[in-house]
Amino acid sequence: MCLALPAEILSIDGETATVDLDGARMPVSLAFLEGVAPGDFVVVHVGYALTRIEPEEARRQLSLMREGTAPGMAEGVTG
Amino acid sequence: MKYVDEFRDPDTARILADAISGEVEPGRPYSFMEFCGGHTHALCRFGLEDLLPSSITMIHGPGCPVCVLPVGRLDMAIALVLEHPEVILCTYGDLMRVPGTGGQTLRTAKSRGGDVRMVYSPVQAVELAQKHPDREVVMFAIGFETTTPPTAAAIKAAEARGLSNFSVFCNHVLTPAAIDAIMTTGSGATGARLDGFVGPGNVSTIIGAEAYDEASEKWNKPIVISGFEPNDLLQSILMLVRQVNRGEARVENAFARAVRPGGNEAAQRLCAEVFILRNSFEWRGLGTIPGSALRLASGHERFDAERRFAMDYVSRPDHKACACASILRGEKAPRDCKVFGTACTPESPLGSCMVSPEGACSAYYLYGRHRDSAARRVAAE
Repeated sequence: MCLALPAEILSIDGETATVDLDGARMPVSLAFLEGVAPGDFVVVHVGYALTRIEPEEARRQLSLMREGTAPGMAEGVTG
Repeated sequence: MKYVDEFRDPDTARILADAISGEVEPGRPYSFMEFCGGHTHALCRFGLEDLLPSSITMIHGPGCPVCVLPVGRLDMAIALVLEHPEVILCTYGDLMRVPGTGGQTLRTAKSRGGDVRMVYSPVQAVELAQKHPDREVVMFAIGFETTTPPTAAAIKAAEARGLSNFSVFCNHVLTPAAIDAIMTTGSGATGARLDGFVGPGNVSTIIGAEAYDEASEKWNKPIVISGFEPNDLLQSILMLVRQVNRGEARVENAFARAVRPGGNEAAQRLCAEVFILRNSFEWRGLGTIPGSALRLASGHERFDAERRFAMDYVSRPDHKACACASILRGEKAPRDCKVFGTACTPESPLGSCMVSPEGACSAYYLYGRHRDSAARRVAAE
């Protein structure tokens, strides 16, 4: 119900995108997202794209994980 | 799949699990609630609790929209579709088998002639309304902040298309209000240990990481927003342990690839236009919570199915053997329920937590956690 999955935008026609969701092509509304383009990944929920996945943040998180640490920890930030 | 597989890498999982084991202080118990049912399922599916030190206990939270919908609201939907032959009731598939009063479900209502249709998006309900101008199409809208903007967009689409035969049975609920309820009446208030929250991932894409600042400060608890892959969860748990050890209580965002500090502002604006806070709303397990749910705002009241069909809410009890209410409050685990896996199974559920793919009972049943938990208890003794 609240589940959402990352999907790649294949093409955009007005406010509707065609996405590849784990091999399935489906239409998704971009009513809440601006500035996305084919090749971007978005989080899809009940036919709507909720947010764009930021590749740079994903890369950063993965590299911290592989060091067994987390955002804010490697830098010793204490908030 | 990109953004999925790389967050499931087993070597990285071991590194994170070792980091958690290295970080926990000897003799100190840690108890965290994962708010989302999606997180509960990931914990069970990937066996993550077995990677954690025995001093860490995960408590399953109420973040499952189907689970928290009280029996009385389901009864309203069943009565609507049975009493109004002109109605096509559109619902997400998860709701079809949730038992209402007397074991009635939307599925049994359909077999008795009610026109119940499963949809995966509220847009499909709008399209049905356009296709059947002689019928009344009602969207059975449930969900936390993740699902609210799509409902709002469907209402705007119906408005733009001039449809007068579309309405919404609105049951949208709010996450921060539920966190407050956990702290005032749930496991946070009953003397049980609760050291912090794994914060919702999808909800936060809409409301933003900053939406939890108030709760974190008010209850003095760390909240770490997490993605849904196994290594996301391990990393978030590591961050919670670290905050607890340092005596900190703040919001951290471990799902920054999808969650911005302010969330999705376009979606928030749309919801603010279409919906308004209800004075109060009953939740299964958490009781009646003030300001915890939404209804149609003035200007959009004509899309309110409760007004259109004069639907009245009557509070109804759960099945008397069902422990969903205590499980949703974080007071019990599914294995503590005496009908779990015997009288109550996914094929013939007595309560919502066994039906929903985000329910804690469904997770325990699907991934065999009841057996593992018993073995772990024996081993610990």
